[in-house]
Amino acid sequence: MPHFERLYNFACWLTHDRQEAEDLVQETYAKALKGFSSFQPGTNFRAWIYRILRNTFLTSRTGLQATATVPLDLEEDEEQLPAVRETPESILLQRSDWQLVQDALAQVPVTYREILLLCEVEEMSYQEISATLAIPMGTVMSRLSRARRALRTAVQATPNKTAGAEVKGFNRS
Amino acid sequence: MVCETWTDKLDAYLDGELAGEEARKVSEHVRGCPGCAAESFSRVQQKRVVQAAGLKFTPDPAFRARIQRSVAPRRAPRWSRFWLPVLATAMVLVISGAISLTLSRQRKGEQQLLSELTDLHVATLASANPVDVVSTDRHTVKPWFAGKIPFTFNLPELQDSPFVLLGGKVSYLNQSPGAELIFRVRQHQISVFIFQDRDLGNLYLDDSARSALSFNVRTWSQNGLRYFALSDVSSSDLDKLCELLKAAG
Repeated sequence: MPHFERLYNFACWLTHDRQEAEDLVQETYAKALKGFSSFQPGTNFRAWIYRILRNTFLTSRTGLQATATVPLDLEEDEEQLPAVRETPESILLQRSDWQLVQDALAQVPVTYREILLLCEVEEMSYQEISATLAIPMGTVMSRLSRARRALRTAVQATPNKTAGAEVKGFNRS
Repeated sequence: MVCETWTDKLDAYLDGELAGEEARKVSEHVRGCPGCAAESFSRVQQKRVVQAAGLKFTPDPAFRARIQRSVAPRRAPRWSRFWLPVLATAMVLVISGAISLTLSRQRKGEQQLLSELTDLHVATLASANPVDVVSTDRHTVKPWFAGKIPFTFNLPELQDSPFVLLGGKVSYLNQSPGAELIFRVRQHQISVFIFQDRDLGNLYLDDSARSALSFNVRTWSQNGLRYFALSDVSSSDLDKLCELLKAAG
């Protein structure tokens, strides 16, 4: 089963519920097998199956609720956050940092969360992300930029569970 | 302080999405600009943290097994699509092989039978005493075989035909006893062999006319007996004698 582990991880991030994620993955594979004839050899299989999963999620109850709560000004320009320089003390990556980022990732709108996961975790190219999300390349770049800023804001707004710890790339000013 | 001109390109640059010349320009700028270098470092760190933190959920083995089971029925047609033609081809090859083997054995049996009959006939022609019972009378020849072979047969009346019965002897084919009758037509001799059908085993010859080593051969089955007529006479003469024997049998 190609991409099974990663699809499950992606589904969990979208649904925030393991049972729903399992149903989503199962339905994705069922649809992929049923509609495999529609897959064009030579095109990106990973983008194709991720698109099936995402479309299935968007039409689910959870997906509809998640997208209904996306701010209307999502694609509008946001205030630029000042860049914060790393400090030597923040170089060492701790597990508490991961937890902090995971909490922040769970808080950002699903539209941002999915593009961050596709870019950073799945390491998809902009072209693959464009194919997966069915959006133009220009939108991929602008949405990704906003998603990163939103995540940074969410990290800064999340109480750090480890006193005195900082998260690399998310330092508080 | 991050340069406004370059900051928008940093993400694409760090994501490896810029083309060669453009990437080179950004790289060159970042190396010379402390603000953009720090910003790049920060963004790379963010990417790495998200990459590590994003891999949070792992499916349990039970779920994997369930998915595999759910997709398993789809494998059947693929299995069938692949193996059915293979099995069909294998079956065709096996059946073809069996038929070929049977035909081969049959041809081998025919050749062996014709060879043995020809040998017997030639041996009779070459013998100083070609027959053990010398008589032109069918009522002498037929009783002579009683007790020597495990069956009996009828001989035709030849008075109004060009054929003359010279006599007979016991012959063996496939280790079974049978009768060999010698007829003459003009200067040609004809051997007629009579054996039980069941004794021939894998020695098989169908009823069609044929020749072996220039000898004409005729064969037929009648009342559980297999007749073979073999000679260098013409086909028409041989056929006439065969008709007389069939009528008598």
